[in-house]
Amino acid sequence: MPGITTDDDGESGGSQTGNPSDGTASDDGGIQIDMISAERMDGMRTMEKIRLILDGVHDGNIVILEQGLSPEEESKLIEVTMSEINPDGFTGIEIETYPGKTNNDGGFFGRLIGNSETNKLTVIGPANRIETLHKDETLISTLVTRT
Amino acid sequence: MGLLTSLKSSISRATTSLFAGSEPKRIGIYGPPNAGKTTLANRIARDWTGDAVGPESHVPHETRRARRKENVEIKRNGKSVTIDVVDTPGVTTKVDYKEFLEHDIEKEDAVRRSREATEGVAEAMHWLREDVDGVIYVLDSAEDPFTQVNTMLIGIIESQNLPVLIFANKIDLEDSNVQRIANAFPQHETVPLSALEGENMDEVYDKIAEYFG
Ligand SMILES: Nc1nc2c(ncn2[C@@H]2O[C@H](COP(=O)(O)OP(=O)(O)OP(=O)(O)O)[C@@H](O)[C@H]2O)c(=O)[nH]1
Ligand SMILES: [Mg+2]
Repeated sequence: MPGITTDDDGESGGSQTGNPSDGTASDDGGIQIDMISAERMDGMRTMEKIRLILDGVHDGNIVILEQGLSPEEESKLIEVTMSEINPDGFTGIEIETYPGKTNNDGGFFGRLIGNSETNKLTVIGPANRIETLHKDETLISTLVTRT
Repeated sequence: MGLLTSLKSSISRATTSLFAGSEPKRIGIYGPPNAGKTTLANRIARDWTGDAVGPESHVPHETRRARRKENVEIKRNGKSVTIDVVDTPGVTTKVDYKEFLEHDIEKEDAVRRSREATEGVAEAMHWLREDVDGVIYVLDSAEDPFTQVNTMLIGIIESQNLPVLIFANKIDLEDSNVQRIANAFPQHETVPLSALEGENMDEVYDKIAEYFG
């Protein structure tokens, strides 16, 4: 895993679960991480994927997708995220993909895996709780704060 | 201008309008908030039509509705291209009304602004998937171009196979770094400019004519 740095010392930073609707992150002050496998996403429609992601994020969870979204899906994700923002509630998402695909040659990692859009690990979290501290081709460092 | 050249250019104009029909290409100006999209749209509109598109401001999300300036006819080397310029709200994945409070905006107004901003961004994304024929992607060259929003947006634009030009704006600023933008998106052409000062606008119009004509 790329470095996911939480300010969580001691307590387990996250549990691997296939069901993001189990409990909420704020129950015990811990931080829940939903890791969603490529397999699970494979048979899903765009809106199903977006719901799965945003439901997790609404619960305060950090959602990690083994297989990223297509550009079309990312575009929809932004659109749906915007429609769900409301004052004093949900302020949107923070999203990071790894490896970044800004470079056409994709760098080492990009070349290795073919740099195709679906082969990018994607980290998504609530904008008010997650902050990217550092990102480069080999590391994403993210600060997650408890609510 | 010689008779032959002017004849040629009038023929090419006639054929262009014949084949292109009466529909000008719709060029979307996209980019993160505060990059200078409206300043650019206004400059283009003022240079070629005489009036402006919308208000510019240092407050992010000043543009909260896509605004269109139709039939902007840009003349280049005897050729003329007609485009519809669409100025869009800055794209983001998050909007917090509290950020507007820092700009001396009252809570009620801030809440309204943030609601309009979210609707505007959603609309801009929708337009990008359905209703634009080309994209000018505007970046503040004094800011880091390696952001997730830029990466995603460029990826979305590429997946639509839309012609795209990257505009490295605000080259008048001391911290401006055009090369950093060119390095971030080597697959596309980067054009440096200052929309505010009107620097390098000749190249801007040459490229618009070349890419979207
Ligand atoms: N120094 C400098 N400032 C600029 C330039 N272009 C725009 N600005 C300033 O940047 C700020 C934002 O400009 P806008 O044109 O409103 O930016 P925008 O991209 O339309 O922003 P949103 O509509 O909020 O997404 C304003 O204060 C402009 O005066 C430029 O070339 N140089
Ligand atoms: Mg604007």
